[in-house]
Amino acid sequence: MTDSSLVLDQARRSLAIAKKDLRIYYAKGPVVIFGVLMPAFLFLAFFIGRQMPVNSLIPGLLGMVVFFTATAVSPVVAPWETQARTLERLASCPVAVWTILLGDMLASVVFGIVISFVPILVGLITGASIHHPFILAAGVVLAAFCFSSLALIFSFPATSSPATIMMLSSLIKFPLVFISGVFMPVEELPGWAKGIASFSPLTYFTEVARYCMGGTSYYPPFLSLLLLLMVTLIFWGIAVTLHKRTLPKRL
Amino acid sequence: MGKKSAITVEGLTKYYGNFLAVDHVSLNINNGELFGFLGPNGAGKTTTVRILTGIIKAEGGTGLVMGYPAGSIQAKQLSGVVPEQANAYIDLSAWDNLMLMAELYRVGISEAKLRAEALLQEMGLYEKKDNLVKTFSLGMRKRLILCLALVSKPEVLFLDEPTSGLDVQSTRLIRETLRKLRKEGKTIFLTTHNMDEASELCDRVAIINHGKLVAIDTPEKLRIGAGRFHIVEIGFEKPVAQETLSQLPNVEKVEGVGNKIRIYTENPGSLVASIVDFTRSHSLTVVNLNIQTPSLEEAFIRLTREVGHD
Repeated sequence: MTDSSLVLDQARRSLAIAKKDLRIYYAKGPVVIFGVLMPAFLFLAFFIGRQMPVNSLIPGLLGMVVFFTATAVSPVVAPWETQARTLERLASCPVAVWTILLGDMLASVVFGIVISFVPILVGLITGASIHHPFILAAGVVLAAFCFSSLALIFSFPATSSPATIMMLSSLIKFPLVFISGVFMPVEELPGWAKGIASFSPLTYFTEVARYCMGGTSYYPPFLSLLLLLMVTLIFWGIAVTLHKRTLPKRL
Repeated sequence: MGKKSAITVEGLTKYYGNFLAVDHVSLNINNGELFGFLGPNGAGKTTTVRILTGIIKAEGGTGLVMGYPAGSIQAKQLSGVVPEQANAYIDLSAWDNLMLMAELYRVGISEAKLRAEALLQEMGLYEKKDNLVKTFSLGMRKRLILCLALVSKPEVLFLDEPTSGLDVQSTRLIRETLRKLRKEGKTIFLTTHNMDEASELCDRVAIINHGKLVAIDTPEKLRIGAGRFHIVEIGFEKPVAQETLSQLPNVEKVEGVGNKIRIYTENPGSLVASIVDFTRSHSLTVVNLNIQTPSLEEAFIRLTREVGHD
């Protein structure tokens, strides 16, 4: 087998892992709470009572939903599987570490994309309009990849306790939401806050969503998409490197 | 198949911190051989299997499975693994677990369905194929794990204590399957605590203790080499004093076991002839007589004790 056919062969095997994840983990209580209910309540808590146009509200909601759903499961699959010893089963199968991670990431991406239809539909029903559907679609897909690869980094510590990883990921996820222009467009933030926001990938997705829904965006949309792609590759590289180191400690 | 090696291990070494779990183990297992790996708890059996199946890495030495480095994708593709703890996905059905394994080994969907159906039938699980594994008993889970290991039709099968803690039916079913696989020419690496199992199934066995290989041979040769004494067990119609029998030639030791008498001897043939003369002269009737060679268990105990005392 050539290198490229080996990669393709492994990528196909990762689809089996993604299917398994979607079947097993996405109906679990903690995933529904942290992935769906939490962002919805956080959003409602911030926006109820404030007079904001729908086209300003929905991009923030969309950003939060994709962020929370795409990061809900991939951090906890590894500790759950360590606990159940099913990770050992996967490790004895003809799959590389990156194949397992790609499978977990793909499941998160699918979950993130599917759930993103909820805020989009809510927006359309309540009068929001999508001016650039293809750019929005590209943004949702890239963001789902980006956030799920970030979530893979959260799960690198070799623990079998999902609660530990949930806590660790929440410590990073919540501050990221507040600095990412979800609740306020980046261009309305003070200069120092703009600087901080630029470190969060969520900022770039929210900016793309604002642009696609007829709002203004501080960063050009194509730059935001490019940055999302670059950050995804960086997160993916970090996740694979860290998991290669810690996977043997889980087994 | 000739005597080509299916598994080759050279100087395999593994530490856990300062603890030397596997100490320069070298083995050569032939194609189509059913190889037993015996040892007390903590001897290094599971660690060796985990290295050979690519779950953990060794600090030293090499392992080859069908000519590929142990742990490589190619070696794993040709191997099936039954770990000590049943580790199927309990939130999936038996069928879905099998389909998942088939996909991970890139078995075509129609072929996978045929194999899964046949394996589940063989293991008596077909009726429960759509039930979640969390509803299965330990025996059912272990049988399912064997199905998962076999769905890819591996050339080499690694089994770590496959019958430990199982009921008689499950144990029998697994042993029958192993015999059948051996006939089909599969190479089987079996770790077990069960001496009868090893004796009954294996072509050759290796005994490991404190991480070191202490013996490797056929069960028969290990048994013979292990003990000098054969046991002649005899039952008489009427009670006979043990002291009378201890006077016979070639008797090393006599002991009572229930209503039988057990005599240890280096020369069972001569002893039996003496017993026949003894019964005639004392007008006794023998109701039961059998000769036992030293058991593999005896060999195991002796070999592991010797190394333990080193």
